[in-house]
Order: sequence, then structure tokens, then C-alpha cells
Amino acid sequence: MNDHSPQDTQPRREERVFGVACSFRSVAEIFHAAERIRDAGWKKWDVYTPFPIHGMDAAMGLPRSSIPRVTLLAGITGFVTGCLLTWYTNSFDYPLIVGAKPYWSVIYPFPVLYECTILFAAFGTFFGQFIFNRLPRHHHPLFDVPQFIRVSDDAFMVVLEVTDPHFGNPDKAYDFLASLGGQDITLVRD
Amino acid sequence: MAHASEESTANREILAKVRPAELPRPSLVLNGRSFHWITEKVCGIVEEPTPLWWKVMFTMALCLAAFTFGGLAYLVSTGTGVWGLRSPIGWGWAIVNFVFWVGIGHAGTLISAILCLLRQKWRTSINRAAEAMTIFAVCCAGLFPLFHVGRVWFGWWLFPIPNQNGIWPQFRSPLEWDVFAVSTYFTVSTLFWYMGMVPDLATIRDRARTWWRKAFYSFLAMGWRNGNRQWCNFEMAYLLLAGLSTPLVLSVHTIVSFDFAVSNVPGWHTTIFPPYFVAGAIFSGFAMVLTLMLPLRAIYRLHDTINQYHIDNMTKIILATGSMVGYAYATEFFIAAYSGNPFEKFAFINRAFGQYAWAYWIMVTCNVISPQFFWFKAVRENHALVWIICLFVNVGMWFERFVITVTSLANDYLPSSWGYYSPTIVDIFTFFGTFGFFSVLFLLFIRFLPLLPMAEIKSVIPQADPHAH
Repeated sequence: MNDHSPQDTQPRREERVFGVACSFRSVAEIFHAAERIRDAGWKKWDVYTPFPIHGMDAAMGLPRSSIPRVTLLAGITGFVTGCLLTWYTNSFDYPLIVGAKPYWSVIYPFPVLYECTILFAAFGTFFGQFIFNRLPRHHHPLFDVPQFIRVSDDAFMVVLEVTDPHFGNPDKAYDFLASLGGQDITLVRD
Repeated sequence: MAHASEESTANREILAKVRPAELPRPSLVLNGRSFHWITEKVCGIVEEPTPLWWKVMFTMALCLAAFTFGGLAYLVSTGTGVWGLRSPIGWGWAIVNFVFWVGIGHAGTLISAILCLLRQKWRTSINRAAEAMTIFAVCCAGLFPLFHVGRVWFGWWLFPIPNQNGIWPQFRSPLEWDVFAVSTYFTVSTLFWYMGMVPDLATIRDRARTWWRKAFYSFLAMGWRNGNRQWCNFEMAYLLLAGLSTPLVLSVHTIVSFDFAVSNVPGWHTTIFPPYFVAGAIFSGFAMVLTLMLPLRAIYRLHDTINQYHIDNMTKIILATGSMVGYAYATEFFIAAYSGNPFEKFAFINRAFGQYAWAYWIMVTCNVISPQFFWFKAVRENHALVWIICLFVNVGMWFERFVITVTSLANDYLPSSWGYYSPTIVDIFTFFGTFGFFSVLFLLFIRFLPLLPMAEIKSVIPQADPHAH
């Protein structure tokens, strides 16, 4: 089943290991493999796929992303910033009567408050996504795995990381991946 | 009673036997293409040697764009008098062009945001190009109000930045709302566009062979790794940005319409403006999407990914929004008649039969009559005809903004100060040059960035379903 050679699988001395990777041929196979890894209680592992697979978050047992909290917080900040900006400029620092409107109210600058809310919330979401995903990060052990290049095209890959308590030694992880039907099982060096 | 219950029992028996008809969903990608085919197709566009047609078009677009920048340089060095603006018409082609280009942008945001929330999967093959179109259209739009301020080197006074005069922008003015609306629109559209592109940039990065290519795409792809833990955050962020962009689609042109509606000029001071402007914006935007995508589809042979189903949907949206625009024209007339306001009545009769009647009837022909051809399947399937009708819609929507802006100003309350507006050659050069500027940006996009969102298209083909067998 697993066609790895011993040189490929054994870490050399003084070498740090990131984890063990293997490939799957189809979406259905990797989906079911993910469910079994989740059920085995693994925490430090990931599935690498060219596109987001519908239902994979549940198959992996991932919690809901917390980006919405960042968005909400950023949106509220935007609204308050808009209020402060319009109040400070048009009512506090340089009060001016225009069109018989009050110096400041929530009504007349509403388009500005609205746009500030959306602008800040969008920035929060955008940067939140990159920060939560720990990006940008241009060096990563996976980039040295030859098969990894195909993941952004049409390959499906599972990586079990060495930091997981279930990992033990690489051989145990190989056997586990082999039992799931994984192919091209390789060691990922750190 | 007994008879009825017997009948209902019989009906139930029949119903139990009847299986609901399987309504096959139209395929989004034809000919059962694989994941790898999609990668090859889209990356192939970026990776192939620069085609001759691109070089020719790019040179032509640069030359055309030079007219805009030449016109603007002449304007800045001489003064706004070189435009055809004179009392009583203070808003001429510049504002017409601004509204025209901002409107074009709306289809991109509609496709990327509203259709995403509505789970319209057909959006996937056109959303990237449509979003790019949005951003470049807003770039063109932004030039006009910026230079319309006259002394462009004071353009930063539009933003709340402390200046030596110690004064601030005045937030009761719809023009100031517009500064915030358009700049937010541009920024959020760009963030959304870029974030959606990151996984596709990673695909191009992974395929890159030369050093500079690798460096360029690695920088843009931010080290994206396609891990599901990343996808989980990415999809949530994408959905949220779609949710945030949805009110933007509706608000930007609403606020643009406030520039007119908040004033007291007859023909401008109407409550119908916001919805009518938004419908018109989506109408013109979809026409522009088709104007761009039909030739690209032919050049790059994208017939499997942009198929008749996509074209049908877009033409139907054009038909629907075009009919809404036609309905809005009729409503304006009705309200003017019903209001009992003689100035309002005059403004509309003058639009249709006054000195600008020629522009009004071009507008009606292009916007109300031409999309009606899309009722017919034969027309929707004739792509040359679709393209020509879309050109008519583009022209018609420009004339709509011309009619609204100019007719109301030319003949308002005091007949003694009426006037007639004609553009100068500088106006004409500056406007037509923006098509070159737009094309330069769009051609660069085609050449260097993924034209279709690969990851999204892959996720809607049948092989992507984990429960398919």
C-alpha cells in the first residue's frame, strides 16, 4: 500500500520533524479519512485541498471561525470613529450652521457613519483572516515536500503534525495513515 | 362527503406512487472537466507567451489613455474653463462620466457579494473579472470629481485632514458623503477582490518556473497553503466581506443619487432617485460585464466555464433591471404630473420634447427598448447580437446620466438664465481616453492575474462533492 522507501521515512540524526504527510486521490476519500482522524482524537493536523470542501470543517471537528467577532468589533469601532470625526470637526472644533441643521446629530452625517462602519469592518475582516491564518508566512516545512505543489492544483493531502500527543514516532503515524488509505506517505522535515 | 373522502384517498394513493421529477441543475462547467483542466486553463492564460493581440490592444489602449491624461494636464495647466461648463450648467460631462463609471462598477459587486449570499453558483466563473472591472471603473470614475474641483492640488481638502486654514469638510453636504461612499467602495472592493484571489495566486506561485515569477506570485500569495484550517477562516472572511459589500452595492449609488436628490433643482429633487440609480447601475454594469466577457470567452476558448447558462442569466438580469429603469422613467413622469408643481412638470416635458429631446430618446431607445429583445431565446443565444445590445445599453446609460444632469440645469426656474451645454474637445478627449485607461488596467489584469477564480470553480463541479459516488 505505502510505497515509501526507508530513507524517505526515517528522520536523520539532528533533524527536526514537522510531521508526516500523505495524499488521497479523491474528495470522498480525504473526507472520510478526515472523519476517522478526528474520531481518533487528533488535534494537530490539517487537510490540504485545492478548494474548500463542503462539510470539511465538521469532518475535521473544527470550531466555527472567530473572525465574525473581529468584524463586529471593527464595525463598532468604525461607527464610533465616524461619530467622533463628524462631531469633532463639525460641532466641536469648527461649529458652523449649515442648512439650519444641528451642529451634530446622528442623522445628517449618517452616510459617513455608515461608510466608516463598513470600511472598518472590512479591514477588520481582511486583516483578521490573515492574522488568524498566520499569514504572510513564506517559509514553511510543507513547501519542501515535492507533492505539496500539486495541492494547489488537484491533489489532496493530510498532514499529521509531530506536536500532537498521538504522534509518538513517525512509524506509528505512517501506519495510521496507511490504514486510512493514504498514498505517498512522506516525512515532512522542519 | 363520502365521495370526496374516497377521492382524496385515491389521490393520496396516486401521490404516494408519484416520484417528484428530477430537475437537473444546469452544469456550471461543461464537458465534465477535471480540477487539473481548470488549473491548466486559467494558469495557461497567465503563463503563455504574451499574445500578439494583447500587445496590439495594449498599445492602442495606452495611446487612447494618453488622451485622458493629456486632457487633464491641459485642464490643470489652464483652468476648468477648457471644459464646456458655464452658467447655468456647472455640472457637465465630468459628472456624467463620473456617475457612468461608478454605475458600471456595480455589477461586479453585485456578482461578488449579493449573488454569493444568495448562493448563486454561476457567479463563480465571472466574479473575478467583474470585480476587476468594478475596481478599474471606479478608478476612471474617481478622476472626474477629483479634477472637477478645479484646483486639483487641493483635492485632499475633501478628506478630514487638518490643514493650514483650520477648517474641516462639511458633513451636511451630500458631496462629502460621496467622498466617503466612493472611497469606501473602492477600498472594500479591492480588499474583497484581492482576498478572493490569494488561493489562485498560490496556484500560479506553485507552478512558477522562473525566479522573478516565483518571487512576484509568492509575494502576492502571502504564503497561502490551502490548509483546511486556513480555508475555514478564509471562507468565513469571504462570506463576511460579501455581507459587508452587499449594503455597499445599494448605498454607493444611493449616495451618488443624493448628490442630485438633495438639491432643489426640478428633475433632481425626487425620492425615486436612490432605487432608480441602483437599478440603472446594475443594468449598465451587467452590460459592461458581457461586453468584456464575450470577447474574452472567444479569445481564450472559455466556452466550458462561461456557458450559455451564464449568458442567459446575465441577459435576464439586464432585461429585469432595464425594465425597472423603464418603469422608473414612467414613474418620474407620473409623479411630475401628479405633484401639481409646474416646475417639476416642465422639467419632464422639457426632457422629452425640449432642446435635449434627442438625448432623451436615445436614452429611451437604448435602455428601455433594446433590452426587451432578451425576452427571446434566439437573441440570448446569438452572442454577436447580445454583445451589440449590451453596447447599446452602455450608450443608453451614459445618455441617462447626461439627460438627468444637463437638462435639469439648463432649464430651471428662471428662463432668463437658461442655457445650452455643449462639450468642448477637451471634454470629449478626456472622456474617451478613460476607455483606454480602463482597458490598460483590464489588459494588465488579464495578463498577470488569474482571470477566473480557480478554487471557486473547482468547488462547484460535481467531483468536489464529498458525498458523490
